[in-house]
Amino acid sequence: MTREPRFDRTGRWVGASVPRREDPRLLAGRGRFVDDIALPRMLHAQFVRSTIAHGRIVAVDLGEVRAVPGVVAAFTAADLALGDITALLDRPPHEFVPTAMPVLALEKVRYVGEPVAIVVATDPYAAEDGVEAAVVEYEDLDPVVTDTAALADGAPLVHAEAPRNTLVDVSLFATEGIDDVFAQAPCVVRVRTKTGRQNALPLETRGVVAAWDDRDEQLHVQTNTQVPHQVRTVLAGCVGLHEKQVRVTVPDMGGGFGQKCVVGREEIATAAAALRLRRPVKWIEDRRDALTAAFLAREQRYDVRAAFDAEGRILGLDADVVCDMGAYSCYPFTAGIEPLMASAEMPSVYQVPAYRVRGRAVTTNKAPTAPYRGVSRPQYVMVVERLMERAARELGIDPVEIRRRNLITVFPYTGVNRITYDPGSYRESLDLCEQVLHDEGWYDVRARAVREGRVIGIGYSCFSERTGYGSGAFAQRKMQVVPGFDISEIRMDVSGTVSVTTGTMSHGQSHETTMAQIVADRLGLDIARIKIVQGDTDRITYGWGSFASRSITIGGSAVAAASGKLGEQLREIAAHLLDADVDATELDGDGGVRLRDDPARRLSFAELADVAYLRAHLLPKGIGPGLTASASFDVAGDGTFSNATHGVVVELDPGTGGVQILRYVCVEDCGVAIHPQVVEGQCRGGIAQGIAGALFEQVTYDDAGQPLAPSLMEYKVPTAAEIPDVAIHHLETPCAFTANGAKGAGEGGTIGAPAAVLNAVNDALRDTGVELDDTPIARETVHRALESALENAHV
Amino acid sequence: MSEIQLVELTVNGERHDLAIEPRRTLVDVLRHDIGLTGTHVGCEHGICGACTVLVDGAPVRACLVFAAQVEDADIRTVESLAEPDGTLSDLQREFSAHHGLQCGFCTPGFLMLAEGFLAERPDATKEEIREVVASNLCRCTGYQTIVEAVDACAARRRSG
Repeated sequence: MTREPRFDRTGRWVGASVPRREDPRLLAGRGRFVDDIALPRMLHAQFVRSTIAHGRIVAVDLGEVRAVPGVVAAFTAADLALGDITALLDRPPHEFVPTAMPVLALEKVRYVGEPVAIVVATDPYAAEDGVEAAVVEYEDLDPVVTDTAALADGAPLVHAEAPRNTLVDVSLFATEGIDDVFAQAPCVVRVRTKTGRQNALPLETRGVVAAWDDRDEQLHVQTNTQVPHQVRTVLAGCVGLHEKQVRVTVPDMGGGFGQKCVVGREEIATAAAALRLRRPVKWIEDRRDALTAAFLAREQRYDVRAAFDAEGRILGLDADVVCDMGAYSCYPFTAGIEPLMASAEMPSVYQVPAYRVRGRAVTTNKAPTAPYRGVSRPQYVMVVERLMERAARELGIDPVEIRRRNLITVFPYTGVNRITYDPGSYRESLDLCEQVLHDEGWYDVRARAVREGRVIGIGYSCFSERTGYGSGAFAQRKMQVVPGFDISEIRMDVSGTVSVTTGTMSHGQSHETTMAQIVADRLGLDIARIKIVQGDTDRITYGWGSFASRSITIGGSAVAAASGKLGEQLREIAAHLLDADVDATELDGDGGVRLRDDPARRLSFAELADVAYLRAHLLPKGIGPGLTASASFDVAGDGTFSNATHGVVVELDPGTGGVQILRYVCVEDCGVAIHPQVVEGQCRGGIAQGIAGALFEQVTYDDAGQPLAPSLMEYKVPTAAEIPDVAIHHLETPCAFTANGAKGAGEGGTIGAPAAVLNAVNDALRDTGVELDDTPIARETVHRALESALENAHV
Repeated sequence: MSEIQLVELTVNGERHDLAIEPRRTLVDVLRHDIGLTGTHVGCEHGICGACTVLVDGAPVRACLVFAAQVEDADIRTVESLAEPDGTLSDLQREFSAHHGLQCGFCTPGFLMLAEGFLAERPDATKEEIREVVASNLCRCTGYQTIVEAVDACAARRRSG
């Protein structure tokens, strides 16, 4: 079911699910991922990593390492003498404590897996042999393994400069009179929840090939990063080169999901080794390191109260959020990434008149965290949706109805959190989602289940996803390095084909196709004649890469603006050659410019480019040779909000406590979909990762901080046996200020799924008296709840 | 460094003589010694299936096999699926048509898994296909479109 599009589409490319430009090479096994790159005389790196969670480094002996056959070099932090990776917030000391992340551990190790030394050898097997031969002596320090231990009185300090192991501590909003609101409210509900630590787990692990190029006088770093320019900036600083002496390029990428949107220590160390040795060096992270020592995410604790009136209208939210950020702040976001996101946006899709939040980032002796698809929104949406359900139950109101009474319906809406929400279909998506589950008969199935001895529940989640964070939005977080804008440059060549740069970086999202569709409509040019250039710091003016669902909203708008400027140039040249006014010309939609009133008089782009380059003397006065244009785009306001409602039907297995998803319905609205099939792919893939967090995946540690899930045997990534088909319905509320009416679509699936699944499980448990708020949902708890309910029924 | 062994492999119908360490895995030999980088390494412990190739027609995790173990076998990799001129096979075309790949890193493994399975079970039901697809990991698609692509390919082959 698709609502009639309200957006005026002038071209034929945007909105069409054209074959992906990326597919043929990837299907044929002819893509080029970082580990596919081989350079002459290339060496291979691996890392000596800390075996303990917290300790002082007494001595690092690499003598035996250097004696291993095949090993060429081994370096410690002291050998390489590199700068730190330090991410900063412009906040006072009581709100933010800056901490440096050394490229290789210096005096202390702060998590199991922390890189201590780099070993470089003639082949990867020998590099691993070398790592085995390293002798590192530590003086053990007491580890801090949980957020509660970190905040306890007298806890050991992960960073001496951070008292109470607190890196970020902000108290925001505190609406006047909020305590009275809670004191007088007829209904106050509370949710305390803990969400498990997760790994974004791109199937391609992190990796890099670095080589000094004498001809270019550049360190060329080929790395699978979502943020190539930020890698260049940090790397140049760490090794003491000017940025022009560093070129970062990105080959095909096997996913990222945020894990690759921060600067990694290993990519810097590998590049430094290549610089030192003047030989190419490759590092490919193995899966064990990816599971234990890569950037992780999601481990958060919430204690949130919500006040409601007797009719179920929310009166206030009072929240305490603690995010366990592991050992270090990530660059450029800092450890504030999770608590600041949760604190700013928790009121979600509801009209919340009073709000108070304290958000903290605590540091522990675990691998550090990075933004992971959704960033805090899967958690706070889960909390708010649990609060809605709990209030509904307490007040005897239908859980869908209580949401209806609270959803934002008049736009633009400026919330108590001072964010302005652009138009969306919050109410419509909920209505449609509920209707679909009714029409498909799932409420009847739920009703019959009790008689049939089955345990079935239905759950929803309503949410929005802020996409297109511009410089202003990131500046509000007080980041010292402020992402936001994007710059695009377009160049038409002599044959009338174009190459277009984007500062965003596809790692599976299909930019080569979707960005080309945008250009195609702006210029009236077949996408086969358009090449998208991304992931090359030499060819692209400073960009911010891909994260925060920013690529189509911001990158796509920049691409559109640059294309529009080039179109103007083409019309000016055509007008001169056809002896007409510029206003009398138009792009003809088929790779040419024609006269509006006399369409037979037309010049193809190839004919115009021929003049612009090969017969420049024919150009009009004031127009120089060549056909290039550039444009930038930034979002002035608070960004644009995609929204969705997810509806889930689950069946519980009383014998095992297992949760089976019988039906998954997603009603989403990301404005104008550039490529509907790609949007659906983002929804389904995101939902799979959300389900993974709700039911399966968790990074666990023992009391000493040793990782307990170092392989995919223990870290349970769901397969096709666990992930259900997802029915997707589209609504379309175009964004008013992006060039194509598009909103971001990258993260919504992951944001909505945990809440919907958790609510469905709780609905199924409705007669047991047990309510679950933590994820991943423990089978054991579900099993015990059902078992004791069964026993009580028999008593 | 350990001793060097002479190993003879037949990959995509082509013979390769290799002088390698006995500990060298099939996937490393395919990728780094022969240069067929289409087969990918996702976990090196046999769970993710990104390295799936066909050994005598059966899907095998190339990260769990030493090259020296498959000397007399017929090995097929993703590079064998398309025509020499680049024309994609029916299975590859269905993956594209159904958007069964996003980043494409796991795709060669799924293609070879499906290629081996459909050759043995051309009449497989969609549920059986889903069970087989559950052998490998994909982090992008949520699997639905992979199952649909394989099912569509099977259906098309059956209808001739």
